[in-house]
Amino acid sequence: MTAAHPTFDDVQVGDQLPPLEIPLDRTLIVAGAVASRDYQDVHHDTEVAREKGSKDIIMNILTTNGFVGRFVTDWAGPDAMIRAIRIRLGAPNYPGDTMTMTGEVTATDDNTSTVTVAVRGANSLGDHVSGTVEVGLP
Amino acid sequence: MTAPPPPPADAVDDGLTDEEFHNALQAFVGRQIGPAMDAPDEVNVPMIRHWCEAMGDTNPVYLNAEAAAASTHGELVAPPAMLQAWVMAGINGPSRDTDGPYEQLTNLLATRGFTSVVATNCEQTYDRYLRPGDRLSMVTTITDVSAQKDTALGTGHFITTQQDYVDANGQRVGSMVFRIIRFRPRGTTARRPAPATTRDTNWWFEALAAGEVRVQRCSDCGLLRHPPGPMCPACHSLNFDSVPIEGTGSVHSFVVVHHPQVPGFEYPLPVVLVDVDVAGEVVRPVRMVMNTADTEPDAVVVGAPVRIEVRAAGGQHLAFAIVTDTAGGAS
Repeated sequence: MTAAHPTFDDVQVGDQLPPLEIPLDRTLIVAGAVASRDYQDVHHDTEVAREKGSKDIIMNILTTNGFVGRFVTDWAGPDAMIRAIRIRLGAPNYPGDTMTMTGEVTATDDNTSTVTVAVRGANSLGDHVSGTVEVGLP
Repeated sequence: MTAPPPPPADAVDDGLTDEEFHNALQAFVGRQIGPAMDAPDEVNVPMIRHWCEAMGDTNPVYLNAEAAAASTHGELVAPPAMLQAWVMAGINGPSRDTDGPYEQLTNLLATRGFTSVVATNCEQTYDRYLRPGDRLSMVTTITDVSAQKDTALGTGHFITTQQDYVDANGQRVGSMVFRIIRFRPRGTTARRPAPATTRDTNWWFEALAAGEVRVQRCSDCGLLRHPPGPMCPACHSLNFDSVPIEGTGSVHSFVVVHHPQVPGFEYPLPVVLVDVDVAGEVVRPVRMVMNTADTEPDAVVVGAPVRIEVRAAGGQHLAFAIVTDTAGGAS
């Protein structure tokens, strides 16, 4: 669409994606949980989360997936086709922290015009999420 | 002494050996969890809007019809990562069977203290982008239950489930592999350690696993001996067979351990040396070390008669002494 987004031919293994900093406030964590229809109390009720031994409410997995997808399409653009998001979960995302997302192209497939991006989302405790996204590029 | 006797040390044990427990876990693999879940609403723009606002996702193909039409998608599409959101049960939670396969599996794992849960992996693959108007249905299957693993969180089992999503025509649109670990947090009650067995003692523990307490007998001079060893102490023969015990005996000696406390046992812990009754002429007394079951610690006194039973404990079968006459008890 715009010059800001790469086509398949532009991309090489080792390319870095523009980092994305996500300030983790309480509203964002609750909004993500509700937008994904995830009403588990540890994602919105601080008191209950603490009773259950958590420091605070934590981001739910669906929101994490949403940010991973968004992070890749922010770079890949509207013509991109996400084919897979595979993540491994680590340190929880608590309110007040910041998650910094970074990514690097680790493979390209000429036959399907698909690139594999290794994605990492780190907060002050360590990696909240790490994984790969397969995305088809125009 | 009117209180009911305490249960054996492994009261919450499932009564299964490790192998039986493993097989019971594996029996869940391939089972579908509950009926298909139908998405309460078709894929729709308002839910996409809530999602994009929460995630700060400005990709125009999700909400801007004009930009979507000009893109490779040709029309509005839903963010792929929303796949699972379309079938989420909402504020009342899933109306699952209380005795479905997943709950049974969870309960079985709980019998060994694997009660904590953490999600570890989520892998979504998309066959196509979803469009407003798509109506999804999802089926969940248990695809793997791991062997026991030691992890940084504690010891436990990974459970992998797969959700397959289909559209109104029954065509698959995506799938999600989801892995959790059910574990016993570090520092909580451990299981009774397994005995260290050797080629000289394996046969004795195998007999226990089959429910029998046996005594080694020299095939040449007939001397009975315990614990099992390779050579007869009397005639130095390496040949042996074994005979079953009678199932009764008496306390020859004992200690009650209070400290140090080893994980996997309940304290105070009587450790009893039992004079074991064996049929026929016994040249040397046969004595075995065992823990007690169904017995108050202070009922254990020298000379007390015991019944010897093989019971499952911590994934193995062991002989336990049950004091049958507490008249001589200290209290």
